[in-house]
This record gives sequence, C-alpha cells and structure tokens, in this order.
Amino acid sequence: MVVRKPPITTREYWAPGHAACAGCGCATALKLATKAFSEAMEEKYGDPNAFAIAQATGCMEVVSAVFPYTAWKVPWVHVAFENAAAAASGIEAAWKKKGLKGKILAIGGDGGTADIGLQALSGMLERRHNVVYLMYDNEAYMNTGIQRSSSTPYGAWTTTSPPGKYSIGEDKPKKWVALIAAAHQIPYVATASIGNPFDFVRKMKKAAKVDGPAFVQVHCTCPTGWKSPLEKGVEIARLAIETGVWPLFEIENGDFHNIKIQSPGGGAKVKREGGKVVAIEFKKPIEEYLKLQGRFKHLFKQPEAIDQLREQIKAMWKVLGVEVTLPKPEE
Amino acid sequence: MPIRTVMKANEAAAWAAKLAKPKVIAAFPITPSTLVPEKISEFVANGELDAEFIKVESEHSAISACVGASAAGVRTFTATASQGLALMHEVLFIAAGMRLPIVMAIGNRSLSAPINIWNDWQDSISERDTGWLQFYAENNQEALDLILIAYKVAEDERVLLPAMVGFDAFILTHTVEPVEIPDQELVDEFLGEYEPKHAYVDPKRPITQGTLAFPAHYMEARYTVWEANENARKVIDEAFAEFEKKFGRKYQKIEEYRTDDAEIIFVTMGSLAGTVKEYVDHLREKGIKVGAAKLTVYRPFPIEEVRALAKKAKVLALLEKNVTFSVGGALFQDFSRALINEKEKPIIIDYILGLGGRDVTFQNLDEALAIAQKALNGEEFEEVNWIGLRKEIL
Amino acid sequence: MAESPFKADIERVQKEYSEKMTPGAIAYIPGSSVINKTGSWRVFMPEFYRDKCVRCYLCYIYCPEPAIYLDEENYPVFDYDYCKGCGICANECPTDAIVMVRETK
Ligand SMILES: Cc1ncc(C[n+]2csc(CCOP(=O)(O)OP(=O)(O)O)c2C)c(N)n1
Ligand code: SF4
Ligand code: SF4
Ligand code: SF4
Ligand SMILES: [Mg+2]
Repeated sequence: MVVRKPPITTREYWAPGHAACAGCGCATALKLATKAFSEAMEEKYGDPNAFAIAQATGCMEVVSAVFPYTAWKVPWVHVAFENAAAAASGIEAAWKKKGLKGKILAIGGDGGTADIGLQALSGMLERRHNVVYLMYDNEAYMNTGIQRSSSTPYGAWTTTSPPGKYSIGEDKPKKWVALIAAAHQIPYVATASIGNPFDFVRKMKKAAKVDGPAFVQVHCTCPTGWKSPLEKGVEIARLAIETGVWPLFEIENGDFHNIKIQSPGGGAKVKREGGKVVAIEFKKPIEEYLKLQGRFKHLFKQPEAIDQLREQIKAMWKVLGVEVTLPKPEE
Repeated sequence: MPIRTVMKANEAAAWAAKLAKPKVIAAFPITPSTLVPEKISEFVANGELDAEFIKVESEHSAISACVGASAAGVRTFTATASQGLALMHEVLFIAAGMRLPIVMAIGNRSLSAPINIWNDWQDSISERDTGWLQFYAENNQEALDLILIAYKVAEDERVLLPAMVGFDAFILTHTVEPVEIPDQELVDEFLGEYEPKHAYVDPKRPITQGTLAFPAHYMEARYTVWEANENARKVIDEAFAEFEKKFGRKYQKIEEYRTDDAEIIFVTMGSLAGTVKEYVDHLREKGIKVGAAKLTVYRPFPIEEVRALAKKAKVLALLEKNVTFSVGGALFQDFSRALINEKEKPIIIDYILGLGGRDVTFQNLDEALAIAQKALNGEEFEEVNWIGLRKEIL
Repeated sequence: MAESPFKADIERVQKEYSEKMTPGAIAYIPGSSVINKTGSWRVFMPEFYRDKCVRCYLCYIYCPEPAIYLDEENYPVFDYDYCKGCGICANECPTDAIVMVRETK
C-alpha cells in the first residue's frame, strides 16, 4: 500500500490538557489554523514559527490560558473581549520596528468579532495591518453560557433567544461578517469550516501568505451550545456545507463580482458560467443539518420557520451571486 | 545643548515623546489633547521620530494597540483626555495587570454629562484605581519633564507599571509658555533602551500573556501590582534625583511653598498650584500664616510625605477639581487614609472647585480661607464645600 | 512506537513547574497545559484496529485535543492521557478502524 505523507505538518502549537469541552470544534479549528500558519510561514520566510497570536476573550481563550499553564506553543497575547484586532495592530507595529519577519494571527469568536469587536476589526483591516483575523464562528456567546450573537442563525435556541409562545427562537437572520470584511477591499477574505479541513487549511495558508490583512470566518461546532452529540461535530459542520447553510467562498480585494465559490459536495449540482458559479441545486435538505442539533429542535414543530430559514439562506446566496434551490425533505 | 523656546503643553508632551523615542504610538484625537497626536504625526512625517504611529479608530483601540506593542517589548506612547480616557477604562486595568510600562499624556478635562471640553481632573482622578502611576504637571516644562520621568519610573524593573501625566486642559494644553527642550543625548542616557525581561512576543521564546487566573492565583497577581506601586515610591525619588542631576530641575512628590509656620496649608495639584502660590503671597503680605503644597505625584499616593506635611499645619485645605459623589473629593479620601491613625493630625477641609473650566479666583480662595479660619478658631465648619457655585441659578 | 510530540513539554513542565506569581501573570512554559491529564474526563474510549486503518489521517486532523499523534509508519497513536473520548475520530474514520467502547476504570 502506498502511504501518503501526512497532509499537514506534525508540528504542534496547540497542546492538549486545555479545558475545552470534549468534541469542541473550535479547538480543532485553532489546532489546524496554527498548523496552516506554520506551513505558510515556513514557505514564505523559511521559519515555521514566525507568527504570534492576539486573541479575544471567549471560550478558546479561557480554556487555553489558565495561569500558570498555557496550551499555546506560539507567542500569545490576550487583552480583552473586543480588541483582539487592535492588540494585533500593536504587536504587528512592534514587530515592524523590531525588524521581525512573520505575521500576526488575531483570533476572536463570533461575539468578539461580529458584535463587540467589529469596530476594532474594521479599523485594523482599513489600516492594512499585516494581520490575519480568524473568526471562529460557533454562532453564540458560548463562554458566558450560550447567548445569541448577531452571528446566531435564524431559529436557533440560545439562552437569550428561547423559543416560547411568542418566539421561534432567534428571530434575525445571521449577519455575515466575512462580507463586511470583504467590503474593506482587503487582499483576502474567506469562509471555511471544520467540515472541510483541507479547504480551511488551504485558505488559512493563503491568508497567512498575502501581504496585508486577511479575514477568515470558520464555522465550528460547539456541542455544548448546539446541544449536539459530541461525536457528530465534524459531520454537522459538513452537513452545513452540503445543505447550503454554510457557503464556502473567497473574495479577493473586495471584488464582489468575482467571488470564488467552493463546491459544497453532498451531491449538489453546481452550474458554472464562464468559470463562475451561478447556481447550485442542493440535494440534501437543511433539515438534515438542523435535526442533529438540539438548538433547532423546536423548529420541527413549526415547519414554516424552517421555510423562512430556507428563504434567508437563498437570499444570502443571492448576495454571493448564486441562485440556489434548496429541497424540502421527502415526506 | 538644551533649546529654550516657547510652546503649548501639548507640544511639550509631543516633544517629550519624541525625546523618549517610543517605537509604537497609537492615539485618537480629542479636545484638548488633539495637538499631541498632530504634532507627533508631523515628527513622524518629517522623519524626526522613527516610530510606527497607528492612527486608530478609537481610544479603546489606541490603548489596546499600546498594550499589544508593549507586550511585544517596545516603548509606547499615547495621549488622550476626558471621554477618551473613560473609553480606555477597561484596558487601563489590563495594562497595569499585565505590567506594561505604557506612558500616556492626559489633557485633564471634565467628563460628560453635560459635555464640556474644559479643565478639571475628573478624567484621570477617576482612573486612580487602575494601577497606573499618576503625575500632574503645574506648567508646560513640568509636562515635558514628567513624561520623561514617567518612562524612567514605569520601565524600572522594580515597577513595570504604566504611567499617566496630566496637565490642565487649555490652561496648559493650549497656552504658550517658555520651555526648555533637553538635550537628546542626555535623555538617551537618562532613559536608555527599553529591553524588558518579562514581556515579549518572540517566536524563539513563546510565552502566554494575558492569562486567566482562578481564585487560587488572582489575589497574588493583584498584590504584585500593589507591591509595584509601593516600590515606585523609592524609584520615583531616585528618578527625581537623577533628573535633577542631569537636567537641573528639581521635582518632589509634594512641593511645598511657604509652609514654615503656616497654620493653614492649601493643597492642590496641576496649574492651580500657580494661582494658589500667588494667593499665599498675597495673604502673607497681610500677615496671614498660610502656605501651599502641590502634589506632583498622585499615584502612588505619597503617604509619608503627606504625614510630614500634616505636621506643619493646623488645617489642611484641599482644593480639588474632581468629585466623588456623596463623599467629597478624591484627595479628601486619600488624605484621610494617610492621617486617620496619626496621633496628632490637622483638620482637613475639602473644597470642590474649578469643575468644567470654572475659573478659580482669589475671591473663591477667600471663601475657602474663611471656612478654614472658622475651623482654626474652633467653630463649626462644613467638611466638603463647593466653592464658586452660582447659587442664583440653582 | 513513536513518542508523543509533547514529550519534551511534559518533561519540562514536570521539572520547571512553578505556581510562583510572575509579573503580569505570564505563563512562561509553552504547552504547559500538558500537566492536565484530561483523559480522566473520558466516558467512552477509542479502540484502534490497526489492520483496518488506511492511514487517511482524518482522525489525526480532527482530534480537538490533540490526543492523536503518528507513529514512525504514520499510523495514529491514541494518547489516553489526554483523549476526552468525544468519538469524533471514530465517527469520521472511513474504515471503522476506531470503535468507541465504554471505559472501564
Ligand atoms: C466588555 C466585555 N463584555 C462582556 C464580557 C463577557 N464575555 C466574555 S466572553 C463573552 C462571549 C464570547 O462569545 P464569542 O466571542 O462568540 O466566543 P465564544 O465564547 O463563543 O467562543 C462574553 C459576553 C467581557 N469579557 N467583556
Ligand atoms: S462551550 Fe462550546 S465552544 Fe466552548 S469549549 Fe465547550 S464546546 Fe468549545
Ligand atoms: S475520542 Fe475525541 S479526543 Fe479521543 S482521540 Fe478521538 S477525537 Fe481525540
Ligand atoms: S481515520 Fe481511521 S483509517 Fe484514517 S487514519 Fe484514522 S484510524 Fe486510520
Ligand atoms: Mg461564539
């Protein structure tokens, strides 16, 4: 049997013994992100360790840096919840002055990025710092016990969007920070998912290698907040891609007319015109994604809410320039 | 050779920053401090200052970028005032807790509401519990000198704390005064390079800064900030002495004026000290036994020096441009802490005045004096007095 | 069997571990979290059947801890000191070379 080489470096920057819940998809994302960064820095500067992290408050910060321990094997700085991008700006400026080669990786959750940290993010991108901002999107404030964020999807249960007599759960469509980031016309913006780790790693490497700012929004499962089975974390993330819930795309220099869309898989039929994806016919209904998660359980008693979600997903794809058809489950 | 010239305190602060050669500066405009980042922009644009100037989108990001840069082991500088400082509040604690010797110039200004751009000390006084060292300048020369001294103290290994230097809005920030710009070489000697042993962002030595501490460790972490503040007392004296030797200007934590045989001593900070000294001269001419004292250092609070001062007077009259609602001024609390257990102590009277740019006149000070004299004569007196209020519009 | 990529970290933290407060509460030993043996959290345990393994690396890529490393022949090695028993590796393994079994302690 011919054995391939491992598809990613075996260098480790994220050590075990951290306190993330079993099956935490965000932990997988950070592990892969640092490996990707290491490869990119090795290829670009000949030094696999030429990077440092500035991280926002949130689950991945509190589980990884409990004094006197740390899970990090890369220089790492946490300042507060809303300012990872600003702190990264400062580190990057200091590195410039010290003549250090490499790139700074800023990391924030959806709360730290889409909500409280959006201003600092915008400032950092606009000022064109040589920083990759990685938003690990578990779609709620998990660290404080699962409250909704502007990145929480429509219909989801959280502790501040509980379904009830007058509520279907979260009642606003998901805000897509990647599109906001792209509007800054920065060199590189991408969405990714732990459901497609090779695509994620490729995008992280690309982000790490461009000169100037880049933004990557990675979908990662939180079994605790999504009320989903531990072992299904990757499967759920993959289903989000395959059902159309989570688009995989890249936007370079804010060129919204040439968004690169990755094939979702899952049997979806992709229609291209002149190399551009213009339509996708998904084969798996979003229900396949929703039904594995307790946070969407109540929706199955209100099918019109699921239809509403389907409409929102179509609208989101339309922004990306893609007409999608989303099947309903067979009776 | 030092250059004798004239400039505003904001320019003096920018000059101090230039002389200290910070590698990273991040600042955001706000009245009355805007001229500081403007002037620094000029220095950078002309190649007179080799620094990265991050033109951030808010004061919160200004201080956060300074924290990032200082954590990466370089000298940093920022400037702000009032609402800008209040917006930084959260990160001020973090900068001290992470032991990052950032230096910040403050154009002391009131806080909203109502919005008001003029002078008082409420902005920086409100940050007195953050762990930052605090210096207050009486004039533009002091603004420049104290920023240099602030770096010296902040970066000392026994201290490693951020420091702010306050100077009064408009009265100093926008007023041209004679200033001597010290020799760059002497400043280089005085400050040296900042090469921290504790904090760096270096792939060859990966460390984790900004950790979470459980109850088993949190108190010890905070205690080290306490200890650093305690250590700063001695380090400040050393820095003052060295500064005097190098540059010929003498600084003291508390500077006294005509306090020998004084029955009443007026205590204040910042530019108000100038007015108060004139007032003391005026009273002395009339044979009234008064003196003045100015706090140049407010954090660490100069407890021993306050005790020594207290021995000289029967009444300490505290003139404060800030208020802690339902209590009095912040100095009143601090002086009480210093003197409460002393066997012999003077009467302390608190005066809140000059808020939001209200002028402090001799007439106001007469009002303050009258209350102090009542106390001196054993009559009843108010402990906390709002001076110069326009009662007719209340 | 290859050794854990964290072996040096484990040795270092055992030697140098100190609770002593540092200025800024900085954690100076990289990867020192390895002192926490999170394997004790496990309820189910991944059992590995080497003969079924096609060395696709998926388990290695996905493990959030990471509690899987590779031996000299690039087969996965499960580090039970840290494996929290989430079952993602077993769920994603294309050949059922990993089976979750209830832990007997
Ligand atoms: C200024 C401020 N407000 C609120 C908090 C409390 N807080 C800490 S983490 C967090 C939520 C984090 O959510 P997210 O960024 O999505 O990260 P996650 O925990 O989900 O990984 C909140 C609300 C804080 N630390 N600071
Ligand atoms: S709550 Fe969710 S995001 Fe946080 S550690 Fe647990 S699984 Fe990970
Ligand atoms: S069960 Fe989970 S923690 Fe254990 S080895 Fe498999 S993926 Fe890693
Ligand atoms: S996922 Fe299964 S087949 Fe692939 S390497 Fe792991 S054990 Fe082997
Ligand atoms: Mg979140």
